[in-house]
Amino acid sequence: MNGFFALGAGEIEAVRLSVRVALWAMLASLPFGIAAAFLLARGRFWGKGLVDGLVHLPLVMPPVVVGYLLLLLFGRNGPLGRLFADCCGVVFAFRWTGAALASAVVGFPLMVRAIRLSLDAVDRRLEEAAATLGAGRFFVFLLVTLPLTAPGIIAGMVLSFARSLGEFGATITFVSNIPGETRTLPLEIYTLTQTPGGDPAALRLTAIAVVLSLAALIASEFLARRVGRRLGGE
Amino acid sequence: MIEVDLEHRLGTFALDIHFRAGRGLTALFGRSGAGKTSVVNAVAGLIQPARGRIVVDGTALTDTERGVAIPPHRRRIGYVFQEGRLFSHLTVRQNLMFGRWFARHARHAARLDEVVALLALGGLLDRRPGRLSGGEKQRVALGRALLANPRLLLMDEPLAALDAERKDEILPYIERLRDEAGLPIVYVSHSVAEVVRLANTIVLIADGRVRALGPVAEVLGRAEAHPLAGAAEAGAVLVARVARHDREWGLTELEGGFGRLTVPFLDLPEGAALRVRIRARDVILATAPPPGISALNVLAGGVEALVPGEGPAVEVELRAGSERLLARVTRRSAAALALAPGRPVYAVIKTVAIDRRSLGRHDPADFGDELEIFDG
Repeated sequence: MNGFFALGAGEIEAVRLSVRVALWAMLASLPFGIAAAFLLARGRFWGKGLVDGLVHLPLVMPPVVVGYLLLLLFGRNGPLGRLFADCCGVVFAFRWTGAALASAVVGFPLMVRAIRLSLDAVDRRLEEAAATLGAGRFFVFLLVTLPLTAPGIIAGMVLSFARSLGEFGATITFVSNIPGETRTLPLEIYTLTQTPGGDPAALRLTAIAVVLSLAALIASEFLARRVGRRLGGE
Repeated sequence: MIEVDLEHRLGTFALDIHFRAGRGLTALFGRSGAGKTSVVNAVAGLIQPARGRIVVDGTALTDTERGVAIPPHRRRIGYVFQEGRLFSHLTVRQNLMFGRWFARHARHAARLDEVVALLALGGLLDRRPGRLSGGEKQRVALGRALLANPRLLLMDEPLAALDAERKDEILPYIERLRDEAGLPIVYVSHSVAEVVRLANTIVLIADGRVRALGPVAEVLGRAEAHPLAGAAEAGAVLVARVARHDREWGLTELEGGFGRLTVPFLDLPEGAALRVRIRARDVILATAPPPGISALNVLAGGVEALVPGEGPAVEVELRAGSERLLARVTRRSAAALALAPGRPVYAVIKTVAIDRRSLGRHDPADFGDELEIFDG
């Protein structure tokens, strides 16, 4: 029985890698997610519909297509891949950073939608009140709008994290399936099911995936309730 | 000193407002939808008028001709909204300090402890707005506006969402603010009782225009003011002071430019100044001093004008001494008594008809202004 629960080195690595990739994907896309949600909720500019469509594209496109596009753009010879390599020394191709990028892109529409919903629900009259008290636009955003959007930001972060944990198609297309580098939990499970005798390990990892997803959900629920109480003014 | 000159369109509604107001409390008075809130929003900079000029203490905040449009956060105009608009994610203390922080370099800004003492907020500081009563919320909103170091305070129907008891809880604080803080206040209201109690000057607004401007007693003493303001009942406002108390009968005698008036006992020191509102329907007219009646108050005066009212009624504007009075009588009575401008009459007022809640404190120095009347 002990043998069944003992995780192999590859499995532990896959879990740790998955969590790292998901955390990076979530945190790195957060500022962009807030900015995009703000732009879409409040902005009035020509071509807003196009921007809206672009943000939502990864939600409706096959992940494999997203992965292939990322490969073209951020691959070793892609225009953006070169740019990042030259300017900041960040390489995405066949690295865990690429897995994080793929997860971030695929989770982005979910994050933006959640934040935008919350932003739409913010009482603009409170922002007016803040302005009459001497707060300029930046401080109104920082002290009033952003805190009142917190429930949506939390929800968006959790959705992005969960979507990252489950990311498969875009990742395997973009950065392949390299043990210890890009072989995240879903890729490890997939690999194990393709390997003779890999089923018990696949089952263990599946259980871990369920636990991780549940933990993320529970944590978000807990946070959302706390924030909700605060925003309710109690 | 505040000067407002603005023209604005909201759909089919045209706003064309011009007035000047000095120190003390200026009431923008009129029925709902008359455009009062748009005026204060323009003063606060929350809406930009199509054309106009708004000057506060010599500083042009809005001047469409010269392209001046100072953004709201640099205007230093305090605003107390009808619904409070407290920040629900912050404590009462943080709400109060919100504007104080932006005004932290100001020299003469009010301090937290002063405002907390003025508005009795001491026990509320660590609570969140969700746990406050309606009256407490408005007190916090008032304190929050004061701490932002405003040069003018706007109040948009701050009592409208409160029940009568809560209103009575807030009114003394607004009076203290008016009398002690020396901050000019522009107060939007459609309530005659609030205006009588609080205002030094009334700006009567109807259909987006200023219809009358002047001291409270003068504006409300005219018959046409009341339908314009959508007030359910016409009534005049008398400026009076307490002459003496008659404790045996539970009465207080008031005197003023109108003569003497007996009202139910008032817990005010002798000499205290106040305002009394007398509803037009509580005034009976006679052409000779009536003998043997139960009413205690008979004021001698003369008819100034007759204004047709609804149905069979006519509103009679009277001058009693130096004060105005309104009486509502039927057309038939007016004909029978041959009421016409210049006719001497006696106004009989039932003592019990004097509305205790409309008794407001009054500072005699406020009434130096001349009455101005604008034709629609």
